[in-house]
Amino acid sequence: MAEQSTVTFIITRQDSPESSPYQETFEIPYKKNMNVISGLMEIRRNPVNANGEETAPVQWDMNCLEEVCGACSMVINGTARQSCAALVDELEQPIRLEPMSTFPVIRDLFVDREQMFDALKQVKAWIPIDGTHDLGPGPRMPEKKRQWAYELSKCMTCGVCLEACPNVNDKSDFIGPAALSQARLFNAHPTGEMNKSERLEGLMEDGGISGCSNAQNCVQVCPKGIPLTTSIAAMNRATNIQSFKNFFGSDHAH
Amino acid sequence: MAEHREFFYRRLHSLLGVIPIGVFLIQHLVVNHFAVYGEESFNKAAGFMHDLPFRLALEIVIIFLPILFHAILGVYIVFVAKNNTRRYGYFRNWMFYLQRVTGIITFVFIAWHVWETRVQIGMGNAELDYSLMENILSNPVMFWFYIIGVISTTFHFANGLWSFMVSWGITQSPKSQKIATYATLVVFLAISYIGVRALIQFAYGV
Ligand code: SF4
Ligand code: FES
Repeated sequence: MAEQSTVTFIITRQDSPESSPYQETFEIPYKKNMNVISGLMEIRRNPVNANGEETAPVQWDMNCLEEVCGACSMVINGTARQSCAALVDELEQPIRLEPMSTFPVIRDLFVDREQMFDALKQVKAWIPIDGTHDLGPGPRMPEKKRQWAYELSKCMTCGVCLEACPNVNDKSDFIGPAALSQARLFNAHPTGEMNKSERLEGLMEDGGISGCSNAQNCVQVCPKGIPLTTSIAAMNRATNIQSFKNFFGSDHAH
Repeated sequence: MAEHREFFYRRLHSLLGVIPIGVFLIQHLVVNHFAVYGEESFNKAAGFMHDLPFRLALEIVIIFLPILFHAILGVYIVFVAKNNTRRYGYFRNWMFYLQRVTGIITFVFIAWHVWETRVQIGMGNAELDYSLMENILSNPVMFWFYIIGVISTTFHFANGLWSFMVSWGITQSPKSQKIATYATLVVFLAISYIGVRALIQFAYGV
């Protein structure tokens, strides 16, 4: 691989949210240890395609460059993953880049993941701690549980699990696996637990947990190895119990 | 509950698939299996079911309405999925896909089967006995149609049972879900045998 002098990218591009996609090929000089993002940066530096024509630089999204923010997800050689963590040496050439198909394209490889943030709002994936006075420290979390919860907290809203899910698409309003698992994370927190039922209610709203039909692709593709299907089954149990409490009545419904 | 309509309908859909539809399916296949012990045995067993008190009410409440609900919502569920086994060829994704394929086949099969048997009997065009099924199944085309229909139904039930256990939060850990996969495979093989055995008996008398 080291003596190879150029790298070929075939990129699916789209000029605006409404326009139709097309492919453009780029050949750029090979550099040692380059990743897909450094390839894209090279194209941005010198936006000339393989036919020698000057073109608009390719747009993409990125932030952390170390696989923790999730912004740079795209479909690389058929697999949705983070472009900052995709090393060119480990990819088959030509390298095909496409935007994730589940999300609306803003431009080229840049997609709009807003639906994921709306989903987090639906399930109230945060812990309300603000009051009009000092509420004092919350209950402590056992260390073992903290370690367990840490795994769930690694989610970076990257969208790879939504891309893989057959039930997340424009025909369905299913919010996808990531937010379901986040509801579990915050319900497991000793302070977050105080608003447990509100998150469960969010999961029971339209597009919520009942949109899952257990294809279980999400757990296979999550780059952070989050046990999504265990989270979903756990939340299935919790929402069912909550719905029984709501219907039959319970002092522990809230 | 009104504000959680989708959640309620989906849970009801999952529940009805097992109780009462799944229970009825097993009972139905077991009663058919009496055919293997001879014409008389089958006629007696079928006659017993036929002469149950409040039969029409039982049929409507336990069989007809649940299946209708399960089928209608089921077709909608098939419609909102975008199957992607080509890109994501994992085992469970295939099961997800096959659940939808067998759901549609089962729907067509049951509609035809009910029309040909229960409706014809109700209209007085046929008698509920061994020879009714013998006549239908001695036609090889119908025999294979029934084989496919029965196996697709038993698959849909067994795999649905797996999904049911996840949707109701019974099997939560990956390990329990895996064991449930094997358990439902055994269920699939067992009830497929019972169903197919009776079909062979009706068609070929062996
Ligand atoms: S659960 Fe995994 S795949 Fe899904 S958004 Fe979070 S990090 Fe990405
Ligand atoms: S840029 Fe943050 S994950 Fe790639």
